Amino acid sequence: MKLLAPLVAVFALAALALGGAAAGQYYLLGVVIPYVAFALFLFGFSYKIYGWAKTPVPFNIPTTCGQQKALPWIKGNELEAPSSTLGVLGRMALEVLVFRSLFRNTKANLEPGPDLSYESDKSLWLFGLLFHWSFLLIFLRHYRFFLEPVPFFVGFLEKFDGLLQITLPTFYLTDALILLGISALFARRVISPKMRYISLAADYFPLMLIGAIALSGMGMRYLHKVDIALVKTHIQGLITFHPEAHVIGATFYVHLLLVSALAAYFPFSKLMHMGGVFFSPTRNLANDSRVNRHINPWNPQIKIRTYADYEADFKDKMKSAGIPLDAD
Amino acid sequence: MYNLKWILPPFLAFLAILTYPLWSGPKGAMPELAKPKGEACVESATWMRANHMQLLDHWREEVVRNQSRVYVNQAGQRFEKSLTKTCLSCHNNKQEFCDRCHNYTSVKPYCFECHVDPKLSEVSHVQ
Amino acid sequence: MSKFVAKPAELAEAIASQASLLTGETPQTNWMETPAEFKPGNYCYSAKPEALNGLGLPHAREWDPAEADWKLPEDWMQRLHVGMKERLGKNRAFKLFMEICVRCGACADKCHFFLGTGDPKNMPVMRAELMRSIYRGEFTVAGKLLGQLGGARKFTEEVVKEWFMYYYQCTECRRCSVFCPYGIDTAEITMMARELLHLIGVNINWVLKPASDCNRTGNHLNLEPHAFVSALESICEDLEDITGIAIEPPINKKGAEVLFITPSADAFAVPGMYTMMGYLLLFKHIGLDYTISTYASEGGNFGLFTSSDVMKKLNGKMYHEAERLGVKWILGGECGHMWRVVHQYMSTMNGPAPFLEVPKNPITGTLFEHAKETKMVHIAEFTADLIHHHKLKLDPSRNDHRNVTFHDSCNTSRGMGLIEEPRYILNQVVNNFHEMPEDTIREKTFCCGSGSGLNTEEYMDIRMRGGFPRAAAARWAKKTHGSDLLAAICAIDRVALTASMNYWVPGMEVSGLHELVGNALIMDGEKNRDIDLREDDLERPTLGPMAEEED
Repeated sequence: MKLLAPLVAVFALAALALGGAAAGQYYLLGVVIPYVAFALFLFGFSYKIYGWAKTPVPFNIPTTCGQQKALPWIKGNELEAPSSTLGVLGRMALEVLVFRSLFRNTKANLEPGPDLSYESDKSLWLFGLLFHWSFLLIFLRHYRFFLEPVPFFVGFLEKFDGLLQITLPTFYLTDALILLGISALFARRVISPKMRYISLAADYFPLMLIGAIALSGMGMRYLHKVDIALVKTHIQGLITFHPEAHVIGATFYVHLLLVSALAAYFPFSKLMHMGGVFFSPTRNLANDSRVNRHINPWNPQIKIRTYADYEADFKDKMKSAGIPLDAD
Repeated sequence: MYNLKWILPPFLAFLAILTYPLWSGPKGAMPELAKPKGEACVESATWMRANHMQLLDHWREEVVRNQSRVYVNQAGQRFEKSLTKTCLSCHNNKQEFCDRCHNYTSVKPYCFECHVDPKLSEVSHVQ
Repeated sequence: MSKFVAKPAELAEAIASQASLLTGETPQTNWMETPAEFKPGNYCYSAKPEALNGLGLPHAREWDPAEADWKLPEDWMQRLHVGMKERLGKNRAFKLFMEICVRCGACADKCHFFLGTGDPKNMPVMRAELMRSIYRGEFTVAGKLLGQLGGARKFTEEVVKEWFMYYYQCTECRRCSVFCPYGIDTAEITMMARELLHLIGVNINWVLKPASDCNRTGNHLNLEPHAFVSALESICEDLEDITGIAIEPPINKKGAEVLFITPSADAFAVPGMYTMMGYLLLFKHIGLDYTISTYASEGGNFGLFTSSDVMKKLNGKMYHEAERLGVKWILGGECGHMWRVVHQYMSTMNGPAPFLEVPKNPITGTLFEHAKETKMVHIAEFTADLIHHHKLKLDPSRNDHRNVTFHDSCNTSRGMGLIEEPRYILNQVVNNFHEMPEDTIREKTFCCGSGSGLNTEEYMDIRMRGGFPRAAAARWAKKTHGSDLLAAICAIDRVALTASMNYWVPGMEVSGLHELVGNALIMDGEKNRDIDLREDDLERPTLGPMAEEED
């Protein structure tokens, strides 16, 4: 069920697009749905960020993964236990750009004895990195449809990405890598008993959806080609708010509907880890709580048991034990 | 709201980049392409718009590898499989036909790394 | 041996032969449909009404986790819903950690309880899902609409029981958080869960009794002032017998330069009291002007395992007493969770402390700038500074009868970054020091298995299972290097590891860092030191590698 429901959902979306295109619903597929999806994405994403921003961080709780900066002659690890804002920026950059924490990953093995051994396991790091970076580069390459003239970085990316110079149109490396990444991420969820046990439908759905987006995009590029000048014209119409319905190949509408679904789903799902990773107090705070006071805006007034209360209770016992008293 | 100075600027930058196409000023609609000479293309114009690159690639294979120089289209008409002689004879303004559309969609075909635009070669000849 | 755990060989066999997710077997039932099962050894006793009343916590009553009826308040669901909503609005970490987990599984095999039990709900991701599934059902549209398909589930009493079981089967050690790509910290979720459970009177005695006692008497062990002083005196008597040095620690002395606060276990129980001897020798050695307080006689803070309010309440005594006594700064002893509180919470909760000065080592002149706000220095920082400036006369050969390995406490390594200081000291006071395997030390250190207030007799089965990963690493050190002493800078460790080493690695004793410092310190006027602080003969033959191969 956890696997089937998302699979059905993705196929249903694709079928809907095909059916819609066959029925000539180009305005709905090409204009209404993308607008609604993009609006949901912007609104939902902003709302989530607002939700986190308005929630205070009461305590300074970095997880230190290295030596603190304390005594001047013991070198602190600025990237794992940053003492300064610069260190935090470095730590966050490593986390966001190269998945530092996943790079640490180990696999524990229970051995006869019983005993435990640990080995480095970089597979999740590798496939995660392949997937995310490919996704980003592919996303950026799509700016050729959004901007006129086409910005410089698109040409650069296309050249770099098409380095192999095979097939026509030129085959993009990121197309292969995103499929590799996503297949591996999917496979480990299905094959590893641990992963299968913890996975929810909400874990399979985005993988399948993004996989289907990649496949439909590649299908459009390499197999069932569409008039991309018309695609750009269509998109230019959308972004200048002069939308028109265009008759473009059905593959395009499948691709577009799946992308719209992803955009609309994004803010309301675990995919918000994209924004959330920047907010994590265990990573984005400096390990400086003995140097700078972290303010908790709701720091409650708590009545402690004062020394006076304590002495009043134990006065006699303290006196006989020879402990000095304030009352004397 | 808390830590706004760290949240707001990056978030606004993110929104700005994301929505840049929406507010970045005048956009280019599909550029005007030079009208070709002649009545009809080797295949329907709609089909050609999406698939011409594949057709040309196929022609190149056929000519170079199999010495097959004649293309028979859907309607049974015969054409010489030649970019310069067939295509460019009608689409005789490369800059305002091929290049305009390719630039618009950021496509950089390498046809003209070997083939020359007849018009350009005439010019260089005169010089 | 405890009646709450099987014999070591039997438990070893049970762990080795388990069919669980750890060994690649898939459990029979979906986790959402697997109820918590309470049996002797796998749950802690419920908190007594006195303890709840002592702290002003609601719904005090007698109840038993092993019985079906937990006598929950009528409106338990409402209380939890409201409590959860309140905390989602007050704590960004909690809200974020409910929302952004992608279930990548990097944390799954990082938890000592999972490695020791194979119980799927001990995978940190699963432990968090126990709460997230309720969060989705109660607070998200998708969860309400899609139900199980949306990762939500019904909020039933079974869920409460499951929370009780698994949020008291987490020691808030943060090892999972090191490996999480978003830094999701299960300790945060466990803290919130425990706070929520307090709202409906579901809590354990071994956390609440010490917390309540600490509030009343100043320490977790419930030592009233005269008893605390006499415990110190008896330590001093032993110390004089061993070293010939007479020490009278100043008690509640006004105007001292430094207030010294350490876990009360160091004043009372073996092996912590050997560490206390080390402190006292050190202070005598350098002529420190210090005092120990009976009112703030607890470094540890079981409030950390209770709620942020109780944590603040107990921690408040430190500054209060420092101000009353007029000291310049505070020196803190060896303790793990105490330092999580002091380092990460104290100044936020109870600071600022303008009546104190930036700590300055009176012997070396070092200004401890890294503690200029909190004004509290860790004894390992202090001693390392003294050694670095050659202010201590040390004879490390007095520890030659020991072969030492070092256990990083969860809290000081992952909640502070105190990693190299104790190693620096060890290398100066001990000639035979070897590390345990790389993946089990420093920021990857394993919990003793009994942290966060779970160090109780009736929980022995889970404690020994949770202590197994640490024990396996210690056993490796014993086999490979002949280690026979596991040094730790945590009072809970000193007690908990003693139990788990006796159980899993016989022959491995447990000590504090400053016990070893105390052994090595050459005191003026000392007598011939032929025994160590635990009165073992210094000529005791050491174990060589593989010397004692029992398995």
